[in-house]
Amino acid sequence: MTMIQTQLRDPKARESRATSEDAVTFVTRDVTVHYGTKKALDNVSLDINRNDVTALIGPSGCGKSTYLRCLNRMNDLIPGCRVSGRILLDGEDVYAKAMDVVHLRARVGMVFQKPNPFPKSIYENVAYGPRIHGIARDRTHLDEIVFTSLEKAGLLVEVKDRLQEPGTGLSGGQQQRLCIARAIAVQPEVILMDEPCSALDPIATAKIEELMDELRVNYSIVIVTHSMQQAARVSQRTGFFHLGVIVETGETEQIFTNPIDRRTQDYITGRFG
Amino acid sequence: MSSGSAATPNRQPATGAHPASAAVTASLKRRYAAERRFRLYGLLAVVFAGLSLAVLVFTIMRTGLPAFSTTMVRLPVSIAPQIIDPAGTRASQTLSGADYQKVIRDALGDLFPDVTTRGQRRELFSMLSPGGAYRLRDRVMADPALIGTRIEMLIPLADDIDQYAKGHIEASSRGIDTRISEDQAQWFARLKARGMIESVFNTTLFTAADSRSPELAGIWGALVGSFWTMAVTLVLSFPLAVGAAIYLEEFAPKNRWTQVIEVNINNLAAVPSIVFGLLGLAVFLNFFGLPRSAPLVGGMVLALITLPTIIIASRAALKAVPPSIREAALGVGASQLQCVFHHVVPLALPGMLTGTIIGMAQALGETAPLLMIGMVAFIVDIPSGPLDPATVMPVQIYLWSDSPERAFVERASAAIVILLGFLVLMNVLAVVLRKRFERKW
Repeated sequence: MTMIQTQLRDPKARESRATSEDAVTFVTRDVTVHYGTKKALDNVSLDINRNDVTALIGPSGCGKSTYLRCLNRMNDLIPGCRVSGRILLDGEDVYAKAMDVVHLRARVGMVFQKPNPFPKSIYENVAYGPRIHGIARDRTHLDEIVFTSLEKAGLLVEVKDRLQEPGTGLSGGQQQRLCIARAIAVQPEVILMDEPCSALDPIATAKIEELMDELRVNYSIVIVTHSMQQAARVSQRTGFFHLGVIVETGETEQIFTNPIDRRTQDYITGRFG
Repeated sequence: MSSGSAATPNRQPATGAHPASAAVTASLKRRYAAERRFRLYGLLAVVFAGLSLAVLVFTIMRTGLPAFSTTMVRLPVSIAPQIIDPAGTRASQTLSGADYQKVIRDALGDLFPDVTTRGQRRELFSMLSPGGAYRLRDRVMADPALIGTRIEMLIPLADDIDQYAKGHIEASSRGIDTRISEDQAQWFARLKARGMIESVFNTTLFTAADSRSPELAGIWGALVGSFWTMAVTLVLSFPLAVGAAIYLEEFAPKNRWTQVIEVNINNLAAVPSIVFGLLGLAVFLNFFGLPRSAPLVGGMVLALITLPTIIIASRAALKAVPPSIREAALGVGASQLQCVFHHVVPLALPGMLTGTIIGMAQALGETAPLLMIGMVAFIVDIPSGPLDPATVMPVQIYLWSDSPERAFVERASAAIVILLGFLVLMNVLAVVLRKRFERKW
């Protein structure tokens, strides 16, 4: 506790960690998003550290999902959505002309709020990404990718005898882990999770949280969540969004134990939101 | 259900003191009565529609079913060599040009030696259909050894005799408005008494094209014409419409222009079909000089009519695919095209096919535009391709129902029965497809 506080009071210490080249995957500066004439995000600057779980919290409509969807340009699909500011993935501008959106999404995987497996077999669900990107050399390699992805997602034991059955026949929690397996089969650098547990029961949620902790060894994870307990349990860093601005970012422990901003304190103590 | 709603208004409120409760009780009766009235209107409408349909089907069936049988006379025919092949060469040209009519007439004349005057003999022979001569010719051409022998064969009777046999018209000698004379009726009775009259299944109806003589007319020509027309329509409209729907729904920018296009597609679906016929006449026939009366042009015109139907249905099917599937595909890095063709279109395909079948059923029943491009012509040949002159089922029905002969009215109804059968079949197919491939996610 004291260490964190010292770190906090010493701005240089935070700065040094945030800007050290290798430790950061996403650098975002002054990200502003408009939906038509409505401003959804206002000058958000945030860094996503490598091999950390970064949690984005805040009340509904605060712009945290919008921010998440800027990172792999899923907002491109929404008509009338304009993004300004800079988002750098390993130093490359995500919104630059030279950045191919297909390539970007191969590098930045996504897991959605509602489990959305394809209405195809479990195997096909996981194999789809590697297949369209041509990652697998041959059939055996593809099998290997599918098996390791399912294993990393903690699903292999449960489904290994029924890989040809439809993915939509699994339980909600299994479906969500299938979606995670599908995302990691493409071997992304970052996995974005948009409230991945909001449709799941506590047991399935616990499994996914456990999984996130294992996955962060190899990936950077950004998770949007409404559950502050979840943010506190799984993340190393937390960003608090409110009304389209980022109010506070920092080490998770610090945010939850000793928030700087009054609004953060009010939110985590349940006074609003 | 109804007993529950009927019991509720009678229930007394538990707390009489509650002021709102009295108001609720007072209005309850009126509210339930309104609901009951509405249910009754609905039920009456459904019953009325069902009865109308039953009457329609019953009328068509009653008129049309007799057309599936036809009346024939079994005659012993002596194939005299001196009439068929006087030279004895058995050359096919001689055989095909021979006077088979005379052979058959002689066969009938022999049965009635008492009929001697010219006028009476003409009346007697008019009981026979010219179709008998064609049948005999075909048999003799297939087997020339029959010449000189005596065979028994079924000779079709003229349409009026057929109608008389079925009890649709009366014999009378009053002259002008009579279709069959009392003499003919008497001869028919004599033939019948000798057991020579037979009612057989009307194969001509299913094998022949149109004819001036009702007993020789069939729907096969129109069916084949309809088939070619539908084939052209399907080949043109399905890929075009589905392509247009996919482009407009998935790729086109959503702006004022695409909105204008969308509104216009919806309006096109409501344009009277004869306007499309005029367009076909002006553009396909007059400008491009395509052949008149051809299924190719008919198919092109019908494709224009079905395009909006299929586009609208396909767009609805694409819209019904949940956005989560698109997000999932794009989220793993599929390109827009891969997302659409790997995931969205397969899920929308049952809906698209349903729309296509409904559109084709609509096209199959379309008459007006085809009149414009000449498919209303009297065509006795069975079309062998999309460029041959042809007619289609609904136009054939229109032509027959316009003819004065009672037998044509019967055949028109039979053709309606067959057309309705095809339409029901197509709609059932659409329903089955939808049920079979409906996916849940």
